[in-house]
Amino acid sequence: MVEFALPKNSRVGTGKTWPNHGDSRSQTEFRIYRWNPDDNQNPRVDTYFVDRSDCGPMVLDALIWIKTKIDPALTFRRSCREGICGSCAMNIDGTNTLACTHHMDGVKGAVKIYPLPHLPVIKDLVPDLSVFYAQHASIEPWLQTRSPPPEKEWLQTPQDRLKLDGLYECILCACCSTSCPSYWWNGDRYLGPAVLLQAYRWLIDSRDEATGERLDNVEDPFRLYRCHTIMNCAKACPKGLNPAKAIAEIKNMHIARQI
Amino acid sequence: MKEAEFGASGIETRRPLSPHLQIYRPTLTMMMSIAHRITGAALYFGTLLLAWFLIAVSTGGGAYDVAAYCLNSIAGKLILFGFTWALFHHLLGGIRHAIWDTGHGLEHPQREWLTRAGLVGGIGLTVTVWTIAYLVH
Repeated sequence: MVEFALPKNSRVGTGKTWPNHGDSRSQTEFRIYRWNPDDNQNPRVDTYFVDRSDCGPMVLDALIWIKTKIDPALTFRRSCREGICGSCAMNIDGTNTLACTHHMDGVKGAVKIYPLPHLPVIKDLVPDLSVFYAQHASIEPWLQTRSPPPEKEWLQTPQDRLKLDGLYECILCACCSTSCPSYWWNGDRYLGPAVLLQAYRWLIDSRDEATGERLDNVEDPFRLYRCHTIMNCAKACPKGLNPAKAIAEIKNMHIARQI
Repeated sequence: MKEAEFGASGIETRRPLSPHLQIYRPTLTMMMSIAHRITGAALYFGTLLLAWFLIAVSTGGGAYDVAAYCLNSIAGKLILFGFTWALFHHLLGGIRHAIWDTGHGLEHPQREWLTRAGLVGGIGLTVTVWTIAYLVH
């Protein structure tokens, strides 16, 4: 449902400005969303100053620096620090992206960081993605076949394999889905760009034999057809993929099978 | 699979919702999508206006004088100008969506060009129509 304003318990207040001891010329200001499940207060935005002479260039470097040097309670997910695990997806400077591959010098002024939009917050920059994962499971993202299994692996021509490029690279970071206003308003019924890109990845896999069932599963006014080509997904994707195009291709498969 | 199957489980209803519209940096395609909705809704009122005008024309006499007076006032002209723009903006938006539905023009930078063309084209066509109307008048 469309609700523009945040619920009462979610309105963001002004937090504290943490003391700044270093040389102000080499500092970058960070304003970071904080919410602690244990203190019964509303979310707030805290201000930190990062000493750039002591810190790497990426936003994730700064977050780790803050956690190490200033505030050990600051909570965020991270793992690979090279854009392949998708853990550090968050909203940086108004756009969803990965903290580990985003240069802080690319941001004008203070670096503002929020959790991925329109999700329940577990703590600070850690959102609850269980609905997102349940939606991913619902499209059955694995190879389904009916033919007798071959002696070795299921083979595919190089041309058919090429069709998976631009799809298989998805790391399920949820940057695209949580950038989509349609997913904000109907995230309980609309599958969202990431899951639909995954659905298309199996739909056009030449080895998969469940194409009809897969198309049936997403042929629904909400699951697929809440995409209104707003295009935030394609702009947000840190891997440069295009979920909007994948969704358009699924719609075209629906048309093609009726002809 | 039932609807709203993916809704909140209710385990943690205390959890705040992370900010969305409040913090997301507007993109051109996003703003144009919103404008497409707004102009679409505005066209309902524009159609009522058109119906009123047509009824007044067919009735003639006093009814026509009232309609002509209202629509010729400055406020009336502004509303008509806005109606013209909403019509062209929504028309070009519809064409853009039809192109995207075929799977074309969805890549960068084509999608930005299409969107900008819709924005500039809507304004351009509106000004053209009004210029012609005033020249012929």
